[in-house]
Amino acid sequence: MKLKLPTPPLPTALQPKPKRPGESEKVGPVDQAKEAGISAVDWVDERTSLSGGLRWMMFRKIPKGTNWFYTLGSATLFAFLSQAVTGVVLAMYYDPSATRAYESTRYLTNEVFLGEFVRGMHRWGSSVMVILIFLHMGRVFFFGAYKYPRELNWIIGVVLLILTMTMSFTGYLLPFDQRSYWATIVGVNINGSAPFAGPFLSDFLRGGAEFGATTLSRFYAIHMLVVPGLLAALIGAHLYLVARLGTTAPPWLKANEPTEFSRERV
Amino acid sequence: MPDRRTPPKGKYTADRNIPGAFEGESVTRRRVMVLSAHGAGAVATMAFLLPALGFAAGSSVFERPQVRWQSIGKPEDFPDDVYVPKVITTVAGIGEVGKTTVFVRRYNPDIDSVKYQEFVVLTSRCMHLGCPVRYTEAAQRFICPCHGGVYDFEGKVDGGPPVRPLDRFYNRIRNGEVEVGPRYSVNGDLDRFPSYRDPAQDLDGIGQYLYPGRFSTPKQ
Repeated sequence: MKLKLPTPPLPTALQPKPKRPGESEKVGPVDQAKEAGISAVDWVDERTSLSGGLRWMMFRKIPKGTNWFYTLGSATLFAFLSQAVTGVVLAMYYDPSATRAYESTRYLTNEVFLGEFVRGMHRWGSSVMVILIFLHMGRVFFFGAYKYPRELNWIIGVVLLILTMTMSFTGYLLPFDQRSYWATIVGVNINGSAPFAGPFLSDFLRGGAEFGATTLSRFYAIHMLVVPGLLAALIGAHLYLVARLGTTAPPWLKANEPTEFSRERV
Repeated sequence: MPDRRTPPKGKYTADRNIPGAFEGESVTRRRVMVLSAHGAGAVATMAFLLPALGFAAGSSVFERPQVRWQSIGKPEDFPDDVYVPKVITTVAGIGEVGKTTVFVRRYNPDIDSVKYQEFVVLTSRCMHLGCPVRYTEAAQRFICPCHGGVYDFEGKVDGGPPVRPLDRFYNRIRNGEVEVGPRYSVNGDLDRFPSYRDPAQDLDGIGQYLYPGRFSTPKQ
């Protein structure tokens, strides 16, 4: 038998006071603030109809059996957002010139308040993002969520994976220490081993036949401007398709037969 | 394909009862306006896109840097049975990043199978993926720390992943000093390829056709 204890009574100070007869509704500052917020949101919504899109995005029907594995995509999105924010603030101290890059990295790591922490978030966060992408990709693969009609979203996801790898490759050079330098030499030469296009691709990446003054600024521009824009745009397309097509049920759930068919069989 | 409900009445717009059609006009003015607006948009886009792409890729792919000759010492500094490491500058103005080590010795008829010049100047760039090789005197070999590439005394591949012998440098004697010039590549038979290739680009067999010489080779 379930034991039911009586709830202790609220102290009188916290009990809501009953309204006196004849007294009008009292409008407190909280109600006023609430009213102002609602009217501001209404003002925007009346001119944009944003709420319909938000409802469409946020309040979707999801299949039975949806579980924690379905959060890996959002986790990757938050890793990307964290990289974007920490990257923007790191750029406030970093100097992408061949003679100043190492020194400015040392300064922002050792001297700037929270520098080591923010740089650490960006540095380790990049690995976290790659790991999360592969886990997300594995979830989609093993749940069969890449099948019709979601093939295009798989393709966009693969492009996002490649762009993330480009970010990792170009970002690795920026501290400009020995490890960065030699890893970039090796990486560019791997690109150069592609038949026919390779020699020109490696020239393009280096900004010439030798690793030179423009290599670092070139990598910085790709890392800061080219790829993040593409990534953000394609993440938008990826999310739009997720909302448009819906998510799949896990493969171990059988689809329920419509009731009229099961009744006929009886 | 279902049949069109009304068969086309002819190629002139006047035959199709389009208001304001001119005599002998075969394309509607609306269509002309749409095409010219799209064309103008395409021209405007190309007007900034093509220069931007050319700016990003042009000089890095097509520009040919000037040849630099750098003195590395007197001819008698270099014996013919051991390599002397020397540091040269390949890119000026970026400090230590623009420097590279070369290994220099005199031509030795007992060891060398080909003679190009009086001195043999080998690069320290491994032909696997570009790590720096080190000459190990005890083994008389060049050894790469990254992935275990090994080259013999002549610079030919002796083991590991490298795809071709170590690159060499042109050299000459001016005013009693040995000078080092541009880099060149060699294939497995030590045939000379003046347009030097990046590491990992094979120059034997089909490789010499898969990896064309680049436009950015220094001017001779």
